[in-house]
This record gives sequence, structure tokens and C-alpha cells, in this order.
Amino acid sequence: MRDISINVDNISKHYGTVTALDSISLSVNKGELFGFIGPDGAGKTTLFRILTTLILPDSGKASVEDLDVVKNYKEIRRSVGYMPGKFSLYMDLSVEENLKFYATIFGTTVEENYDLIKDIYSQIEPFRNRKAGKLSGGMKQKLALSCALIHKPSVLFLDEPTTGVDAVSRREFWEMLKRLKEGGITILVSTPYMDEASLCDRVTLIQNGKILKISTPGQIISEYPRPLLNISSDDIYRLIQDMPEYQGVISSHAFGHSIHVSLEKDIPDFKEIETFLNQKGHSSVEINRITASVEDCFMELMEKK
Amino acid sequence: MNNFRENIIVVKDLVKKFGSFVANDHLTFEVKKGEIFGFLGANGAGKTTAIRILCGLSYPTSGEVMVGGYNIYTQREKIKRNIGYMSQKFSLYDDLTVFENIRFYAGIYGLSKKEILERSTILLEKLDLTDSRNKFIRDLPQGWKQKLAFSVAIIHNPAIVFLDEPTGGVDPITRRQFWNQIYEAARLGITVFVTTHYMDEAEYCDRVTIMVDGKIVALDTPPALKEKYGCTNMNEVFLKLARSKTETVNNNLS
Repeated sequence: MRDISINVDNISKHYGTVTALDSISLSVNKGELFGFIGPDGAGKTTLFRILTTLILPDSGKASVEDLDVVKNYKEIRRSVGYMPGKFSLYMDLSVEENLKFYATIFGTTVEENYDLIKDIYSQIEPFRNRKAGKLSGGMKQKLALSCALIHKPSVLFLDEPTTGVDAVSRREFWEMLKRLKEGGITILVSTPYMDEASLCDRVTLIQNGKILKISTPGQIISEYPRPLLNISSDDIYRLIQDMPEYQGVISSHAFGHSIHVSLEKDIPDFKEIETFLNQKGHSSVEINRITASVEDCFMELMEKK
Repeated sequence: MNNFRENIIVVKDLVKKFGSFVANDHLTFEVKKGEIFGFLGANGAGKTTAIRILCGLSYPTSGEVMVGGYNIYTQREKIKRNIGYMSQKFSLYDDLTVFENIRFYAGIYGLSKKEILERSTILLEKLDLTDSRNKFIRDLPQGWKQKLAFSVAIIHNPAIVFLDEPTGGVDPITRRQFWNQIYEAARLGITVFVTTHYMDEAEYCDRVTIMVDGKIVALDTPPALKEKYGCTNMNEVFLKLARSKTETVNNNLS
């Protein structure tokens, strides 16, 4: 049996009339890189704040490393690292001062745990005297991660670390997480971007405070219920409008210069679809069968509800 | 979709320097009327600098720039009247109602009272927001805000709308509705100039440029770029072009 790092049991949280979390239950294994994938307002930040003991749940129970989030909040605070979605370091302190400050409040020193952050911090060390407010987005992110790690936490919470960050820095960030994970730390990361799901060991797809699915990315994709087609023509805008009129279309979604279409039939008739689109005035019609992406699966689950 | 005619933006040898730092290094490109033009680059590549110039907010150091037929040096006020702007960071006022936001922006763009009433009625109906007319923006779901922000940015029928990282973390279905709105505007002849960090959105553009360190390193349709660099998606293209540079920088530092 696997060791459990985090256990969430029927947690609910309301803000006035808004339900942020609706009886959520899940568990995260020790050493797992676990992703929370969902749009803004899904409840990702609320759950992270409950698990990091910053807010109280209305009902339900949760534990981090066998510590109760309500009763043992002090111990939890000492043993987890948290990188909030909004950059929350001191803008008017230098890179080095921020790091030292975080080490000190956790009763440690930068030197003591330097090994853990070396990989990441060395990239911004040339700028150690620069004020945090003057760093680029990618560098801020590296500093925030270094500060969240400096007390050697057993669990790391990263709330939308890649939002607003360019594709190059995003890729580097995920590579850093992979290396951290190899060091045995449990990592919970949230993101609104579906393509990042494949980089996690397991993910939960979350929407409007409810869990749509918890599984490995591979399993989620393999459970897509119908054949999926990638269709393109010379006029994508009209294709988006025309395709849903074809008989037996269950869903039809734009994906850049083509659309992804799922049909009732197990064996789609490519010729018939092409004829249908030609009659609608489309030319250069191309149809391929494809494997669903996590985004296809997310939309499928959203529409099923 | 590739039979665009007139150029709506013409940029020739645009250079912008801040002291000795070259933010835009001899940019040359054209954008066609009704085109969805993606402007991509890593943080710090020089996108914002270029957009500020195109919107008439800052002068280039040198080079020729025409936007909507107007000269960037001498006709900035005309340019400002003929463009719309939307960004995720700054769009609608949370503490104003839906209608107040529409009235505010339409007023700034110089629409008359009568026009504002007419257009806001049509707009509210189209977005299915008629019943929410008097709700505060802060009480609307993120996806609705985004759709409204875009509609407001084009309420004065501009020649060009600039979208600076327009889509945040909305759900995938709402995001597609948003892009459908963009297609629709382009159909009506509005040119869409869009920056984004999310390469799946780059796939929706007619053409994209990729900027690295102040220079344009690629400019073509997404399918052509994917073919040229042997990639299956725009993310790979972007990483190939933008990453090599970053690695050089990192190596130089260490």
C-alpha cells in the first residue's frame, strides 16, 4: 500500500451564496506530482488555502502528512511550502534578502538547505542584489519557488505557478518540478492549462467546486468514450458553424485551424462527412482520426454534467 | 481565407531604443485588413514596446509605421480613434455595472447618446446579458467578463483591435466562444492583433510572428511554420525558436 501524504474527506466551502468547494474528496500519495486542472473559479485556490491552513473549511476533514488542517495547523505550517498564485515576495527587498528572510522565519539558513534550491536559485543568483520587483516573470517565479523550498518542506503547494509566464519559462518550470519530485517531495500544482496535465503523475479535473475526474493523464485520455475526428477545410469559421448540423454529431470544438468532432457512430463515414461539407461549400476537406487530448476530455466531462 | 487585400498596418525598419537597450530591432511586417495576426514572443522580447508604438502611445526611435492608413508620427489622435484595445489585466471596471461600463467606453470612443443606447441594446441581447444589465462586473463569471470586454473594445467599429493577452484561465468551452467572437469580428473586417503566451491560441491566428530579443525570427501561417520547423504544434515551434536564445543567455551568465 502506498503512503498517503494528503487526505481530503468531504470538504465544502462557501463564500456567501457561492459554493467554492462542494464535498470534495481525494488523496495524494507521498512523492506524487499531483495536478489540479480547472478554470478560474473552479475552487483550486480555496482548496490550497484550506490545506495550507490559511482558511477553514465549512465542513469535512483534511490532513497533510497525517496532521489535521484545523487542529494541527501550526505543525502543518512548518512542514509545507506554499507558492501563492499572486507573486507575494517583498518587491523592495533584493533577491538574496527575500530568500534569507524566508529561511529565517522558518528557523533555518540558506546554507543549510542550499542543496535543495541550488538548481533553481543558481539561475537567478547573478541577480542576487536586484530588487524582487525588478525581476522578469520567469525570474520572479524561480525566486518564489526557492523561497517556498528553503525550509525543506515535505509537501509543496504551487498555485498556478505558470499563469502569465511564457512558454519557454513554463517548460523550464516543469522540468524543475520533475527534478524536485525525484528528491521525494510531494508536489501539488494547480493550472488552468490543460496541456500541463500530461506532465503530472495524476490529475484531478475540477470545475465549479466539483471534481469531474481523478486519474492518470493516460487513463483519462483512454477513457474518452467515442471516436474523435480532426477535420479541417478552407474556411474554419464556417466549418465551426456547419459541422454541428451533420447528423449524429455529439460535440464539435475548434482547435486552431481544425475542429475536433465526436460522433454517435462507432465507425464514422469519412466519405459521407466530406460530401456533406462539400455540399456546404467547403473545399480542401481533410479528416483524420485522432486520440483525444486532456482538453477534449475536460469538455466532454463538462458537457456530460 | 488567404485572399486579404489591403494592408492595414505597415511597419518598416521600426527601431525603438531605451538608452543603449534595443527593444525593437528593425521590425518589418504588414498586417492585412480582416486578418487575425498573432504577435508572439517570450517575456521581455519587445512585444509590449511594439504594441505601444502601434497604438500611438510611444514614438519609435526610427522607422516608418502606418496604422489604419495614418502616420504614427503625425496622426496619433486619428489612430487612437480607429483602434480598440483589450487586455486581461485591465479591461472592465469591477465596481461599475455592465451598462455603465458599456456607456463609459462608448463615451470615451466618442459615440453619441443615441448610438450608445442603440449599440448597447444590441450588444446586451447578443451576449445574453440583457437581464444582467444592472449587475456589477465583479459579480459576473470570468468568461462573461471576457466576452463583454471584447465587445466593448470594438463597440466603435474600429479598424483594428489589439488584444494583449486576452484570455486568462477560463474554461475550454468559454475560451472557444471567445475565439468565435474574434472570428466573427474579423469576418466583419476588423483586424485582430493579438498577443498570447498560450501557443494553442496561436493556432487560431491567420498568421503569427515570433519575436526573440527585439527581432522578428519567424512570420508565417501556423501550418507553414509547423511544416518549416518540423513540429506538430505551435508550442514546439515556439520552444525551438525562442529557447535556443534563452539557453545562450543562461550559459553566458554561468
